[in-house]
Amino acid sequence: MIRYLLARLLTFVPTFLGVTLISFAFIRVLPGDPIIVMAGERGLTEERYAELVTQFGFDKPLPVQFWTYLTGVLQGDLGVSYVTKRPVWDEFFALFPATLELSLCAIVFAIAIGLPAGVIAAVNRGKLFDRALMSTALVGYSMPIFWWALLLIIVFSGNLGWTPVSGRMGLLYFFEPVTGFMLIDSVLSGQSGAFGSAVRHLILPTIVLGTIPLAVIARQTRSAMLEVLSEDYIRTARAKGLSPLRVNGLHALRNAMIPVVTVIGLSVGTLLAGAILTETIFSWPGIGKWMVDSIFRRDYPVVQGGLLLIASMVMVVNLTVDILYGFINPKIRARK
Amino acid sequence: MALLSIRNLSVEFATASGSFRAVDAIDVTVDPGDILAIVGESGSGKSVSMLALMGLLPWTATVTADEMRFDGKDLRAMTPRTRRRIIGKDIAMIFQEPMSSLNPCFTVGFQIKEGLKKHLGLDARARHARALELMEMVGIPDPVRRLSAYPHQMSGGMSQRVMIAMAIACRPRLLIADEPTTALDVTIQAQILDLLTALQAETGMALILITHDMGVVAETARRVSVQYAGQKVEEQPVGPLFATPHHPYTSALLAALPERATTRLLPTIPGVVPGQFDRPPGCLFAPRCAFADATCQNTPPPVQPPAKGLVRCHYPLGGPA
Repeated sequence: MIRYLLARLLTFVPTFLGVTLISFAFIRVLPGDPIIVMAGERGLTEERYAELVTQFGFDKPLPVQFWTYLTGVLQGDLGVSYVTKRPVWDEFFALFPATLELSLCAIVFAIAIGLPAGVIAAVNRGKLFDRALMSTALVGYSMPIFWWALLLIIVFSGNLGWTPVSGRMGLLYFFEPVTGFMLIDSVLSGQSGAFGSAVRHLILPTIVLGTIPLAVIARQTRSAMLEVLSEDYIRTARAKGLSPLRVNGLHALRNAMIPVVTVIGLSVGTLLAGAILTETIFSWPGIGKWMVDSIFRRDYPVVQGGLLLIASMVMVVNLTVDILYGFINPKIRARK
Repeated sequence: MALLSIRNLSVEFATASGSFRAVDAIDVTVDPGDILAIVGESGSGKSVSMLALMGLLPWTATVTADEMRFDGKDLRAMTPRTRRRIIGKDIAMIFQEPMSSLNPCFTVGFQIKEGLKKHLGLDARARHARALELMEMVGIPDPVRRLSAYPHQMSGGMSQRVMIAMAIACRPRLLIADEPTTALDVTIQAQILDLLTALQAETGMALILITHDMGVVAETARRVSVQYAGQKVEEQPVGPLFATPHHPYTSALLAALPERATTRLLPTIPGVVPGQFDRPPGCLFAPRCAFADATCQNTPPPVQPPAKGLVRCHYPLGGPA
């Protein structure tokens, strides 16, 4: 197992270098000059421009610039934002908890509903619940996120007034972040009502972000369960006189979990990287919104560093999924 | 009193092209400690009738019977929950494919102990002791280590031994073995059969052995029921059946045994078992029968008296018995 982990960690190296190179190249391929963008409407003089070009090192050839960047990254220095002048590392970790909190809530929401729904649909194959669930899942999967988000805001925030429209916390409460997770910080702050406010702020973004993973998990669970339910060992389990709950929920689901864990892992990856729309709609101060803003500003260090960190997160999630396979399927564990 | 008595059991499957009758008016009677072999070609409804007894058929199947009693209790009138107290405890079943019949995600020990907890309510220590005892009964070496093994770490023969251990865990009064040796090597086949008969003698449980191997029947069974196209066509004790088969189908099956062949080429039965769409109006075996005439083609045969082996035939073979 240790050897397997080390081997897997080794494969991170080329991926990491590749992501570094691609993020470095991509942002430079985009038209637009960060110095001009920073200068804004007033513009700047030729001399000042030349000065800044030298200061940021844009006068050197690209390979040299890349080498400088890469050596910095390897020493843990992701650079400093052109706009805020704060280290990319600090900005990322100030904002990442917001994204992580939202993504985790979304995936928990998706699993908590999608998994049982998929199991029940498979067990009641072809019946009303199955058909209703699968059509709903298809709708959920195909629905444009921004439209779904606006619809929920209109109904629950506008008409009913149950949930706030945007942000992470009500204006009545203020406290310094400790962990960066509002659900935890609000409890730590000891202010009554703060936790409730954090929860209410999370509800709509969680539903919006979790809808697609929910649909994918429900459909994947159903099809994996259908396959497993026709296996001989399910007949054996039933021949022992076990209850349907134990046969379906333990003997079948354990086997069906292997493909489901894969889609859950993939979903977590995309959630971390791709909560951009949801974060923008709900003014959620996470890394998705931060990345979009920095692309518009041509803030090279932020885009590069942000992509690199997000890619690393996805790699870690994938590794976790691979380790989970071993826990679910003893055959894979043996191969390792 | 009979341990198991089934009268007029029929099973129909709803298929895309209409309903298909896989089991047609079968009677099965098993006394305590009896060994009954059910013989027939693939598709003759041997497994389906036993799966119907176990309640293991998919929802597309409709099961009807005039009587289905185990130990005097009416299985038809039971709720599924009550029936699950008998299934796996008093009636157990093992299957054709041992390798795929064990759940790959759980250890052998877990799967054996599951029934012990459910039906006997044993505590962990007692379950472990009983599991070890069972592993020894079915001849698995190094049982302590094997209990924590996963199915993929075992051979087919070992897996079938585990299945048998699992089936006899709660001391069933009836064990149904559905082609238990078909998927195994010939040498292993003999071992598993020996194990089954030894366990049967030791525990006094009744055994229903589903097979298409007449050799297995001759070695193991006391009574034989021959099925064809979902119907029981003959039932006799094993000696008389091999000596004087009354149904032309039984006779043809026996003639096809290599040990009994008198010609260089083995005799075969021409044709195949009728399917969903080509069921003959008269005797189901008539299209393949060497003795069939117009009556056989058009009129379903009666069931002859027990002296004639309960055969479904207009013209039973073997003279007056």
